[in-house]
Amino acid sequence: MSEAELQQKATTADSAAKPTVSIERELTQAQANLIEINGLNKWYGQFHVLRDIDLNVRKGEKIVICGPSGSGKSTLIRCINCLEEHQQGSIVVDGTRLTNDLKNIETIRREVGMVFQQFNLFPHLTILENCTLAPIWVRKQSRKDAEKLAMEYLERVRIPDQALKYPGQLSGGQQQRVAIARSLCMNPEVMLFDEPTSALDPEMIKEVLDVMIELAQEGMTMICVTHEMGFARTVADRVIFMDEGQIIEQAPPEEFFNNPRSERTQKFLGQVLNH
Amino acid sequence: MIEQELKMIPAREPPKMAVGTIAWLRGNLFTGPLGTAAILLIIYGLILTVPPLVQWLFLDATWFGASSEACDREGACWAFITARLDQFIYGFYPSEEYWRPNLFFAQLAVLVGWLSIKSTPWKKWVLGYSLVIMPVVSWFLLYGDIFGLAKVDTHQWGGLMLTLLLALCGMIASLPFGVLLALGRRSDMPVIRSLCTAYIELWRGVPLITVLFMASVMLPLFMPVEVSFDKLLRAMIGIIMFQSAYMAEVVRGGLQAIPKGQFEAFDSLGLSYWQGMIMIVLPQAMRLVIPGVVNTFIALFKDTSLVLVIGLFDLLAIIQAGLNDPKWLGNSIEGYLFAGFVFWIFCFGMSKYSQRLEQQLHQGH
Repeated sequence: MSEAELQQKATTADSAAKPTVSIERELTQAQANLIEINGLNKWYGQFHVLRDIDLNVRKGEKIVICGPSGSGKSTLIRCINCLEEHQQGSIVVDGTRLTNDLKNIETIRREVGMVFQQFNLFPHLTILENCTLAPIWVRKQSRKDAEKLAMEYLERVRIPDQALKYPGQLSGGQQQRVAIARSLCMNPEVMLFDEPTSALDPEMIKEVLDVMIELAQEGMTMICVTHEMGFARTVADRVIFMDEGQIIEQAPPEEFFNNPRSERTQKFLGQVLNH
Repeated sequence: MIEQELKMIPAREPPKMAVGTIAWLRGNLFTGPLGTAAILLIIYGLILTVPPLVQWLFLDATWFGASSEACDREGACWAFITARLDQFIYGFYPSEEYWRPNLFFAQLAVLVGWLSIKSTPWKKWVLGYSLVIMPVVSWFLLYGDIFGLAKVDTHQWGGLMLTLLLALCGMIASLPFGVLLALGRRSDMPVIRSLCTAYIELWRGVPLITVLFMASVMLPLFMPVEVSFDKLLRAMIGIIMFQSAYMAEVVRGGLQAIPKGQFEAFDSLGLSYWQGMIMIVLPQAMRLVIPGVVNTFIALFKDTSLVLVIGLFDLLAIIQAGLNDPKWLGNSIEGYLFAGFVFWIFCFGMSKYSQRLEQQLHQGH
């Protein structure tokens, strides 16, 4: 399939995936879009990683992004909090347009929580200190308030008893749950998950997914890059399939899994689901 | 049948020959004909050398006396050291003011003790005092000319006191400068990056002896005549600038070992560059570079003896000067042994302290 055809297909799939209701909403509730990405392009040197990405995320919406490795899905969500710079297009988060201005970037990062594949906890700080650091120094909360908030979130991810340990003393699943709590302590508007379960043993994947499902049920806006298709089915409002730096297809989960439009998506789902 | 197969195997004692003294001897000393021969040879060598050495160093040694005449030539002449000990420690500092360097030494000992004993409180404050206030206090204490203290000019300073001063100032000042230079060299801003790189490459490429000559001979040529800049101060600044370049490279090694994820994590939490560096990256990086930093400190401590080329009398220089005293001719072995011993004590102390620090800061990752 040529690239032009693919793009054609992608756009048709895109428009087809959006039910009329959502178009209506876009007209009446343009404000309700928490994240608006328009015409996003990114290159690593000569390599074109993200190609003409358009993506709107409403408040409270849960989006799962899947696709083969190297398709640019991680890069896309890393652009949202400016861990990666983009070269063309615009990203607006909660009314703030992402520019090169450092103040602007820090404002957006305060509103966007991120959970990494490798947890990235701070190994020299205790679990509690990991969670209170940013609220104290960025949100200027008092130590007492920050600790109270941190303990609340640690309870919600079910590890309050580990608060005084160091990350190195915890299992992978526990560390990832701490990482989620650490992000939540900043009261973000949206949470980005970059393959949160890929580095975990099978036994620990469930405990992390359970926390994420709970979070979704509480109405958090979430964008998850993941290969956990079960999670996508349960939680997602919209599943996005990416390949070669473009959004190939997006649809609600039932439609996406039962009735994929593009050949590429069918092939991918065939490989992911049937084994 | 199946239940029997599933029975767990209990832990058992290791076989006799794997543990215990005999196993240790077999494993480490007598590991075969060649190993056994080597061990026996070493034991024979020790029997030949150690007893005469002890005889010379201690048993036949003369400990006190007024000149070389008093010494028995069979043993070491430690009288040379004991008779001139004051000078070796204080240089030409006036003897009625010895309490001031003594106070300085005492302060140093208390601080080092405080910081190395695990259970003492207020460690952060004590560390802050040692790094910021202590050098200033020490300067005024030793130099005087304030609070009714008699002025003691820096050309009268010498011996161990001077060695410690130079080394301490070099260590305390080079660490923060080194950290800044290392951060600068990894900066995204091209101007800062090239400036720091140029500084490091320039100072690292010049021998310390050249730096000291420059500081003592060349620098005054560029200064207006009215500005007379203390020679000791110039040497100190030279040492600090030189040492900062080395420190920067050691610290940079640590910075590079911090995974990219740590930077991304503090970025994504909204922490600023400096917040992230000070609270996340540097604490981890500094822990990694303790061995390298202490290595640099030890090298610096020994390098301070180079100040003798610009006419400052540190411990080694003052011992050398003492060797030329007609009363004490022929004691160079004792003099140099003593100098080596004192240097070794301090360097070994630093090394032990750093090992302790590494253990204390280890958090199982």
